[in-house]
Amino acid sequence: MAYSEKVLDHYENPRNVGGFGKEEEGVGTGMVGAPACGDVMKLQIKVGKDGVIEDAKFKTYGCGSAIASSSLVTEWVKGKTVDQALDIKNTQIAEELALPPVKIHCSILAEDAIKAAVADYKKKHTD
Amino acid sequence: MLKFPIYLDYSATTPVDPRVAEKMIPYLCEHFGNPASRSHAYGWEAEKAVEEARAEVAALVNADPKEIIWTSGATESNNLAIKGAAHFYKGKGKHVITLKTEHKAVLDTVRELERQGFDATYLDVKEDGLVDLDALKAAIRPDTVVVSIMFVNNEIGVIQPISEIGEICRERGVVFHVDAAQATGKVEIDLQKLKVDLMSFSAHKTYGPKGIGALYVRRKPRVRLEAQMHGGGHERGLRSGTLATHQIVGMGEAFRLAREEMAAENERVRQLRDRLADGFKDMEAVYVNGDVERRVPHNLNISFAYVEGESLIMAIKDVAVSSGSACTSASLEPSYVLRALGRNDELAHSSIRFSIGRFTTEEEIDYTIDLLRRKIDKLRELSPLWEMVQEGVDLNTVQWAAH
Amino acid sequence: MFAPVYLDNNATTRPDPLVIEAMLPFLNERFGNASSRHEYGRLSRQAIDEARQRVAEAVNAHPTEVVFTGGGSEANNLFVKGAAAARRPGLVGISAIEHPCVRAPAVQLRRLGWEVRVLDVDSEGVLDVASFERCVADRPAFASVMLANNESGVIQQVAALAPLLRRAGAWLHTDAVQAFGKIGVDFRALGVNAMTLSSHKIHGPIGAGALIVDKRVELEPLIAGGGQERGLRSGTENVAAIVGFGRACELAVQRMSDDARRISMLRTRLEAGLAGCGVRFFSAGAERLPGTSFFSVPGIDGETLVGKLDRAGFAVASGSACSSANPEPSRTLVAIGVDERTARSAIRVSIGRANTEQEVDDFLTAFGRIVDQLGKLAAVSA
Repeated sequence: MAYSEKVLDHYENPRNVGGFGKEEEGVGTGMVGAPACGDVMKLQIKVGKDGVIEDAKFKTYGCGSAIASSSLVTEWVKGKTVDQALDIKNTQIAEELALPPVKIHCSILAEDAIKAAVADYKKKHTD
Repeated sequence: MLKFPIYLDYSATTPVDPRVAEKMIPYLCEHFGNPASRSHAYGWEAEKAVEEARAEVAALVNADPKEIIWTSGATESNNLAIKGAAHFYKGKGKHVITLKTEHKAVLDTVRELERQGFDATYLDVKEDGLVDLDALKAAIRPDTVVVSIMFVNNEIGVIQPISEIGEICRERGVVFHVDAAQATGKVEIDLQKLKVDLMSFSAHKTYGPKGIGALYVRRKPRVRLEAQMHGGGHERGLRSGTLATHQIVGMGEAFRLAREEMAAENERVRQLRDRLADGFKDMEAVYVNGDVERRVPHNLNISFAYVEGESLIMAIKDVAVSSGSACTSASLEPSYVLRALGRNDELAHSSIRFSIGRFTTEEEIDYTIDLLRRKIDKLRELSPLWEMVQEGVDLNTVQWAAH
Repeated sequence: MFAPVYLDNNATTRPDPLVIEAMLPFLNERFGNASSRHEYGRLSRQAIDEARQRVAEAVNAHPTEVVFTGGGSEANNLFVKGAAAARRPGLVGISAIEHPCVRAPAVQLRRLGWEVRVLDVDSEGVLDVASFERCVADRPAFASVMLANNESGVIQQVAALAPLLRRAGAWLHTDAVQAFGKIGVDFRALGVNAMTLSSHKIHGPIGAGALIVDKRVELEPLIAGGGQERGLRSGTENVAAIVGFGRACELAVQRMSDDARRISMLRTRLEAGLAGCGVRFFSAGAERLPGTSFFSVPGIDGETLVGKLDRAGFAVASGSACSSANPEPSRTLVAIGVDERTARSAIRVSIGRANTEQEVDDFLTAFGRIVDQLGKLAAVSA
């Protein structure tokens, strides 16, 4: 499997690894995938009072493309409102990282992780 | 000085031993004759070299040279043995037995027989990777014609009880085929003692060239086969096609070296393997796959839990190893061998096969241990599963989102 | 120094030094299993892909149409048995002069309910087109006609046969093992669906060959397993031999026109000399490969003659090498109506790239002397 330079860069130097306390104010947590499928992504966003994502953290169990996809989206969501974050599409991720067809599912998983994190945030903060 | 990537994939293929290459080259140059040419010295020279090599192959396994048939490799040998015997004896019955952990070359051949109307039993193995002899006895039916069980598993290196299986098959009058591609030069094979009827060999797993293998076909009691490759009638009609003299010479020399050096080499390799295993001993959540004792000294197959296999391979690209069998690694399927041992998909995914060989050094092993430890720490730091386990979550109770 | 004059280039050829040079790294540091995903494996995979490209280019095929096998015999078996396995039993046509590795698997098909029709050749060894057309009219599933015969060197007009079969919806295969490297072989222009090539007949190593096969053909593999070669030929690839084959293809194309001209001149010289010894040539009236000469010396046993020639330092063949193991007379000669006695006295001289005028002249001198001796013996015993 030949990885693109961008995948290798994110894989070697993943951005924003780690997590926030799940119950912390403004935090939304998305956990997608399953160990049996070979990838699990945990994406957390920390949203400010103004609805803008201030910070994001991830942990990923998966191949290099999965790690790179989730690392990339932590960079992309920062500075976006939660609704803008939902506009990030897997095709953009796949294009940015030059993912081969067999790795497109990694970008889909990353998009799902954003959706899950935003949904979790909204669920906690609707009141 | 270390040369990268460090090669620890000797079960996928071995380099040609320089002494073997040296013997091969004259048969590409001045002695290039076709061994089937009966009318001139070029042909006779080639034929003589072919027969000398046949004797070397036979000597390693204590067989008669007349019992050795050249093929293009163990895959072809397995096909010829299983289909050849099943077709020849189909009047007696149409049932074959093999293991779920066999090489694809055996499994796919048996599947082909199923499509032709044969019935097949794929036996489970025990958790240690070994065949359950009682289950085998129970599986043999009056219409069973062939049992095919490998000597040494390519992924986990376990050694099957070939002697006991041979007794069972002989008593029940069933042809017994053994894929010994991973066994030559690693375990002693004595075909005067073992009640094996057919045995497949490969050169390139034993420091010989690729593209050449052999099939042992027992003469007493005689086993019959239907040829799968027809033509000029080479190899007593069992396998037609021009014999590749240089490759055959290479296989002969490789097997001669194996016979002479096996004992000392296995001891050295065992020490290296044990050093490697010791290097991971104190790590958490590390599991050895397959029986630890009944295993060739060359193999160490370990699962590093909570780390995904492909990212692990990527992290350790300075070390050339396999995750699962080389022949199936183009797909993302977890190893069917490890699943047959009852390993779950995650552990199957995160397994690494280290296979050590003739040119492995202590320095390479030490580098590998250090690299693996660093990278696994890093990947676990990245792993949400590892985090959950550290927090005391039982992963089996988690409801994973469908994906 | 072991160096008899080698005049048996249809049996096998001496690998070219450039071919050996290309192969050596793969017997040394580049030893990876092409299925392995690490660097060793990738380098082997890459080398195989390059070789595939070279083979495809040499015969004007697409790289995806190249299936590497262990040699020509295997490729012929793969087509005949593989195509039959993909279809319901019906009719198959093969020429009467096919190599045993086409004929024998075809004969095997009879046990599976196939009708195998053997198509006639004329007295020069050229396929009888009427016989072929009659077969086509009976709707065969496929047919196999060799491009050039290994014993007589006769070239068949395969390109003219292909449209007839195509219209009947059947596949045509040609065994181009002897033709390739000696005459231009263009997969597209021939219009066949499948074609067999062998490495060791074109100064490549023994142990590699290919079936060139277009997308219309359905095939079942002969060898099941790891799924290499798109599932059509399992087994760890013989990287060194495949690389050598690729290089040999490249060289064959580069050198073919020069080789053919020179070799053709040598044969003319040879046959002019032989004519003076009273030999009977076979198929000399047909279009033949440039280097092949097939003949008999009436009244002299072929085996005895080649034995004497060997001791005199000349390597030639009596009948085709592959079937030399069995004492039957040449089937090619039987097919063209030669009586068994004459067939048993047949000798094949096949000239190659390395042969010289001097070698041909030396051969003629030795041949004349030996034939004289044997002729006198025959006269005495008669």
